[in-house]
Amino acid sequence: MPASGVRNIGMMTTSEIAMASVSSSVVRGPLLRIQNVAKSFGKNIVLRNISLDVAEGEFLTILGESGSGKTTLLRIIAGFETASGGEVWMGEERLDQQPPYRRRVNTVFQSYALFPHLTVEQNVAYGLRVAKRPEVEIASRVKEALDKVKMSAYAKSKPSKISGGQQQRVALARALVNRPRLLLLDEPLSALDANLRRQMQVELKSLQREVGISFIFVTHDQEEAMVMSDRIALLRSGELEQVATPREIYGRPATAYVAQFIGHTNLLKGQVQAGKVRSGPFTWSAALPDGPALFSLRPESLHLASQENAASGSVRISGKVRHQAFHGATELIRVECADGLILVVRIPGSAGALDNVELEFFPGDAVVVRESAERI
Amino acid sequence: MFSRAYKAAVTLPPLVWITVFLLAPYLLLFCYSFWSVSSEQTIVHSWNLANYNELVRVDVYWKTLLRSMWIAARVTMFSLLLGYPLAYFLSFYAGKKKNLFYQFVIIPLWVSYLVRAYAWKTILGSDGVLNTLLQYAHLTKHPLEFLLYSPFAVVLTLTHIYTPFAFLPIYAALEHIPRNLVEASHDLGATRGQTFWKVILPLSIPGVVAGATFAFVLSLGDFLAPLLLGGPSGIMISNIVVSLFGAAYNWPLGAAVSLCMLLLVVSLLFFSERLEKKWSFS
Repeated sequence: MPASGVRNIGMMTTSEIAMASVSSSVVRGPLLRIQNVAKSFGKNIVLRNISLDVAEGEFLTILGESGSGKTTLLRIIAGFETASGGEVWMGEERLDQQPPYRRRVNTVFQSYALFPHLTVEQNVAYGLRVAKRPEVEIASRVKEALDKVKMSAYAKSKPSKISGGQQQRVALARALVNRPRLLLLDEPLSALDANLRRQMQVELKSLQREVGISFIFVTHDQEEAMVMSDRIALLRSGELEQVATPREIYGRPATAYVAQFIGHTNLLKGQVQAGKVRSGPFTWSAALPDGPALFSLRPESLHLASQENAASGSVRISGKVRHQAFHGATELIRVECADGLILVVRIPGSAGALDNVELEFFPGDAVVVRESAERI
Repeated sequence: MFSRAYKAAVTLPPLVWITVFLLAPYLLLFCYSFWSVSSEQTIVHSWNLANYNELVRVDVYWKTLLRSMWIAARVTMFSLLLGYPLAYFLSFYAGKKKNLFYQFVIIPLWVSYLVRAYAWKTILGSDGVLNTLLQYAHLTKHPLEFLLYSPFAVVLTLTHIYTPFAFLPIYAALEHIPRNLVEASHDLGATRGQTFWKVILPLSIPGVVAGATFAFVLSLGDFLAPLLLGGPSGIMISNIVVSLFGAAYNWPLGAAVSLCMLLLVVSLLFFSERLEKKWSFS
């Protein structure tokens, strides 16, 4: 099946394409616009004031702990829940006032939700059948979709006869066959074991590239989010903490929570005075306004320093290794420094047993983070 | 695992129960159906097929059986038509009031069958509530005769009595349908109507089959409703069995009729179980 974007271009004239490419961001805008969406169940506030755009063809991950409201947000987009406030727009169309069956959005459910009384083939054909497409078209599109997820061999099987990973593929085919503008995936990989999960992450990502449909992917697994997403929206107790690309969110976490949730980090409380930062045993210079500040220092930004030649401009501290955790290529060590400060450091896996070490980092790697997201 | 004595202590009581109250009576019934009654009104223990011969020869037996089945079929149909929408509404739309409604459906089961049958007698009789009301409202001049002592009265009463029996398994089946299947259906573009016909109904078939079997089998064997409300035209097969074992004193023929009914019911149960299995997907 050709991606919708490709088809659209096919129908345009050359000058139109040129114009579109120039002004696409102005004319088209985002595919999905979530504006100030809020949701509460009785007194229990689940989401507050969520605003988020999803671009055409984007892979956006909503990341959060259980109870952060990520599934509720997804269910509001799908239409299974009504928002208590705010609006959801798809292009010029107000989505949140439409019943789920009118939205050009399809969902891959956490437990797949395949119809147990229908075969794999009938499951995939379901959306086309209810849309009353001609049988010839249904047959060819179903075949195409099953081929795409490599499940053609199981077309006549009932869902109970195939494995979890296979059910997952069928659920994907059942959603994609309808050529939705947006696909919602609610922790689709959480039921799979680690190996299959990694394999599906790669497959899912390349499938998304191939079909060019926007994906909103919900997960609690930060590593999964990093591997797959174009952008990550991190939710914390019903509020967006940060929305950014994986590199940005890792390298420039907006808040202490983000820094801690995505990967490991060392949080350093400091005091800035006249361009000098004082944080526990450290002092370094930084162009920051005076006052208290919080810094995130990634474990890999700390290095084992050699005694002889100190890199210029680095901040150094000595400490005693309390714990070493071997991860293969790298190793995470916990170092106790002066004033009882514990630093987590990532070092090459070839370091061997360590006792007293000298650590260094460059001031530029200590990223200023906010205590928490601004609550409006 | 368990000691011999423990196993015996657990298995023996039900075994004795089944033998004394099920196997022995059925065996006796089976034997009786091949015996006969002498002219001196004593039972002769000589094996013969005369009773079965009579069942085929005398048309009142099989005609009554057919009528009973026709009554039971109508009761089944009406019970399903009432029970299914009720169960569907309760399971999908009653929300927090679900349990309250459920109790309302169950409450009649706590009232004695006899009381309910007599209640219908009071309602349908020529001086009954319904006829008095109709005449008071000048809708009829004379009491409507067909209301009581007719197959109509029997079907009405049995439907009232057995609808909860049809409702319960349907409700259980509907409650078992994972709600994300309904959501998936809407998500794939199906309206509520399409979702009902394509997902909910097929997945509730085992409950419908179980409910239909209850309603049919229970009303087929009923003898109180036809006795109290049926009149001559509303007689059912069980009433014949009762009179054969009672006033007519023809136990062998009664046993033969009973055995035929038993065979019919057992094959029905067998068939409905096959059907239920075919339509369950867990």
